[in-house]
Amino acid sequence: MTGHVLKHLGETKLELGPLAGREGNWRVGRDATGVLWLALDKVDSSINTITGDVLRELETHMAAAEANLPRAVVLRSAKSGGFAAGADITSFDRMSDEGAAELLAQGHAVLDRLEKLACPTVCVVHGAALGAGFELALACDARIAVPGASFGFPEVKLGLHPGLGGTFRLPALIDPTEAMTMMLTGKTAHTDRALSLGIVGEVVEERHVAAAVHALIENGIERHEPGLKARALGFEQARTMMARQMRSRTEEKAPAEHYPAPHALIELWEEHGNDHDTMQRGEITSFANLLKTPSSKNLRRVFSLRQKLKDTARGEDGVEHVHVIGAGAMGADIAAVAAIKGKTVTLSDLAMDTLGRAVKQAERICHDKHLSPAETRDVLDRLMPDPRGYGIARADLVIEAASEQVEVKEKIYADLGGRMKPDAILAINTSSLALDRLAKAAPNPSQFAGLHFFNPVARIDLVEVIRSRGTNSDTLTRLAAFCGAIGKLPVMLSDYPGFVVNRILTPYMLEAMMLMDEGVPKEVIDSAALRFGMPMGPVALADQVGLDVGLKVAESLHERLEAPMPAISNDLREKVAAGNLGRKTGRGFYDWSEGTPQVQTDGRAAPDLTDRLILPMLNAAVEVLRQDVAVDADAIDAAMIFATGWAPFRGGPLHYTRTRGTKAVTERLRELAEAHGPRFAPDDGWHGFS
Amino acid sequence: MTHFKQRVFLVDGARTPFLKARQGPGPFTPVDLAVQAGRPLLSRQPFDRTAFDLVILGCVNVIADEMNPARVAALRLGLGAQMVAFTMQINCGSGMQSIDTAYRYIRDGSHQMILAGGAEALSHAPLVLRQSAVEWFGRVNASKSPLEMLRAMGGLRPEFFKPVIGLERGLTDPITELNMGQTAEVLAHRFGIDRESADAYAMESHHRLAAAQKEGRLTDEVMPAFARDGTVYDHDDGVRPDSDMQSLAKLKPVFEKPHGKVTAGNSSQITDGASWVIVASERAVDAHGLTPLAEITDSEWAALDPEIMGLGPVLSATPIAQRHGFGPEDIDLWELNEAFAAQVLSCIAAWNDAEFCREVLGYDAAFGRIDRDRLNVDGGAISLGHPVGTSGNRIVLHLANAMKQRGAKRGIATECIGGGLGGAMLLEAVE
Repeated sequence: MTGHVLKHLGETKLELGPLAGREGNWRVGRDATGVLWLALDKVDSSINTITGDVLRELETHMAAAEANLPRAVVLRSAKSGGFAAGADITSFDRMSDEGAAELLAQGHAVLDRLEKLACPTVCVVHGAALGAGFELALACDARIAVPGASFGFPEVKLGLHPGLGGTFRLPALIDPTEAMTMMLTGKTAHTDRALSLGIVGEVVEERHVAAAVHALIENGIERHEPGLKARALGFEQARTMMARQMRSRTEEKAPAEHYPAPHALIELWEEHGNDHDTMQRGEITSFANLLKTPSSKNLRRVFSLRQKLKDTARGEDGVEHVHVIGAGAMGADIAAVAAIKGKTVTLSDLAMDTLGRAVKQAERICHDKHLSPAETRDVLDRLMPDPRGYGIARADLVIEAASEQVEVKEKIYADLGGRMKPDAILAINTSSLALDRLAKAAPNPSQFAGLHFFNPVARIDLVEVIRSRGTNSDTLTRLAAFCGAIGKLPVMLSDYPGFVVNRILTPYMLEAMMLMDEGVPKEVIDSAALRFGMPMGPVALADQVGLDVGLKVAESLHERLEAPMPAISNDLREKVAAGNLGRKTGRGFYDWSEGTPQVQTDGRAAPDLTDRLILPMLNAAVEVLRQDVAVDADAIDAAMIFATGWAPFRGGPLHYTRTRGTKAVTERLRELAEAHGPRFAPDDGWHGFS
Repeated sequence: MTHFKQRVFLVDGARTPFLKARQGPGPFTPVDLAVQAGRPLLSRQPFDRTAFDLVILGCVNVIADEMNPARVAALRLGLGAQMVAFTMQINCGSGMQSIDTAYRYIRDGSHQMILAGGAEALSHAPLVLRQSAVEWFGRVNASKSPLEMLRAMGGLRPEFFKPVIGLERGLTDPITELNMGQTAEVLAHRFGIDRESADAYAMESHHRLAAAQKEGRLTDEVMPAFARDGTVYDHDDGVRPDSDMQSLAKLKPVFEKPHGKVTAGNSSQITDGASWVIVASERAVDAHGLTPLAEITDSEWAALDPEIMGLGPVLSATPIAQRHGFGPEDIDLWELNEAFAAQVLSCIAAWNDAEFCREVLGYDAAFGRIDRDRLNVDGGAISLGHPVGTSGNRIVLHLANAMKQRGAKRGIATECIGGGLGGAMLLEAVE
């Protein structure tokens, strides 16, 4: 909470040297000591991206600097939000095949010119310097970070690797294996880590930037000397050995068949790691090649799907205080995530020890998210266990995550009636109940909707926002904005059995259990799904979700859907009856007592097996689309990718269907229906699907 | 100068359970406790958290990480950057001093609504270095050359590592060098309180608290506290519902061995806990549509010899009774903080002693007998503990709750204060 005095004083102003006038995307000025300040301030944008224009203009400033050499150059961002977010990703699609290499070479030339400038160059970074932004910083002689600065190469998440010199400038600056790890994983180095890695030479508060810059110029910048390890890796044999290790580790997380980019980067480094010039040429060629791969195209599609969901979440949620009813696994995590994002949260439950466990869980999530002790304290202060339900009368949003029984929920809603604020929203977190009946019990059906989170809430981005018949649009807009405010991606849906994600996923898990009944080992089933690119096999996933939850959803879908579903296996019912509910109890189909079970993905399963698992999901996705549950096919793909990690390099179930061909998929479904039963029969929606 | 005085109300209040100090520091610091008690209290009010004019918190053992705990608590409770907050210390009276200060500010018209509390984590009382060790450390730090430092370090003595327990020092009167328990021994001797009476009083304290817990009389007063490890503390855990005379009789005296009468069983317990009350003017009560628990109508502080500090209640409550012409029958309920059973019984004896009342209090005869049925009706510090900076707040809050529950018209909360002081506060039912 910022007080009125600090509010009046406003944010700390960025040190931009002499009052710099705008020239295109840059603010430029020389100070009294002859230092040239160049601040990137992209026109008509709240954040900086590195575009062709930005680089061309920088080239003009370099030329001017060469002609009239300043004492030093200081390069930074004039945007309060951060340094630069990287290249404009939509521009990748516009780059033509040959054009890509040529455009990259032009960009390289500008950064080379900056690197070779005859005076000292200092880059000051606040906020994020990602991708091409990071590469711009690397072309300077020295880097100063303001606390909060972060550096990273997220290209690998787009099926690419750095393309503006990052592949050779970062390994030359820091320990080459650390540099490769950053590029292979896409992980960001925050300020402290960036300092210890040697990405930045010093960290200073914004108020000391000018002094730090001048001191650095005064005292001279020490040239970076490669360490012993870096010199050793100058030898090809050493690199080959290291590359072998990197390959096997990368293959585990990102098999080359699905994710070529990291493997291309390892090869590039192994071959040219000792030679700046050939590495530079290799980087350009490799990057241009990767741009054309389906994997990269689909991963870029995933990025734009994410942006689309984020756009839905803009706007004001009008939610300062959230009250969560039910402190079970879901309720506790929802409460913790909301508190971490600054909401005042009250959490009620009938059982005191459940509330206690929720506090412990919240602390664990803070720890996993690397919150400082003071931040953790504030989160735990904001999250109040509330056995008496005092928060109900103060909340702007009540999220009901109590047990999945209509009678229980109706009783809770009856009590909420006289207590909630008149403009407060009631949202239900359910995975198996129909909203319309519950809407009748809600205090105000127009301010009632579904808000379906996924387990574990702290790690899964997607939230299904479900309108019931009476929900008004303001409520939906506010709920979407609330999702955005707590760092989640909302997908807007109408009520349907299983909504989108569970409707599509349930046949996949039930089919797996049928296969087990037929005698196929669970490991064979799961490995087939993993090889397809799913992050988790269906059997392990069922354990992870909780077999009781899965059974409830399956029963509800059986009851409410017209489409035939795989029968519910007796094994599942028996496990639930025996209390072996999966991961949360330590045992389900797998033994989880020693952590996540490891499934080997070697060997090939019969293609029939993979299709029996995957195609029912495509069929269900088409059904959901036909029923207008989501606004469009993209929303369905986004929901599956962000809720379940559905093979992102394939672009989502419906995009995959298009790639594989509608005709091929429906024919295959018909074959499966003949062999295994009508549950595989193609949905009517295939007629209209293209 | 205006002579108009505002009426002052005690609107609501809540506290944490009092948690017996066991081995090592408990799960909460003083401010943690203040936050645990404050959050539910503020959550059940109809007004915004920023509506207060001031926060006052009593706290005796402030820890180094929480200087001015009142302000730290105000910020952590989300009362806003603009909330003025200060901490008060008058030893065992701190939690009542905060209410009294709020009462006087509001009565005089400068404030409308104040959050007044007490917080204490005695289990966090530090181990203190001996003075000689501190001086040695200073010499080492001040050395200007390695040689000088080496020489200074040579002065290290094994006894430097024998820490002084801060709490023990805190519970010892520095003027008379008597431990608080010893002051109770002095009173027991002077007023002829025997071991059996003290034990009987202590046993009754436990039984009364146990009954109050069981019958739900503390439900709105005691809010559960949630530790980071998932443990929930939902009741005063020092209570022994099955306390009996036999087991109490077995305990050895702790302060004056082997002949003393004061044992761990008939003394207050060392505990952690925090308590808050909301004090408001009539204007604030009307503006926010509040229903007060009680009206605060008078208060008094008094002082006497430190070695008999336990008579503080007699010295401070009597002037209130005299101002209003109250006899024992006019006061429906008493909360007299149970520092020691012998000390409570000495106060009762003093009020019933004609000579004492004549010579010391200025009465013509004895003030009279205070009925045990009106005194500490739901137990006290012997059964639930005495977190020093909090107790004064708790007795005022509990008096208000007990008056409401029992339909009582008038009550006095009073306490003895280490160092030779007493504090008292008069509450009356809201008409």
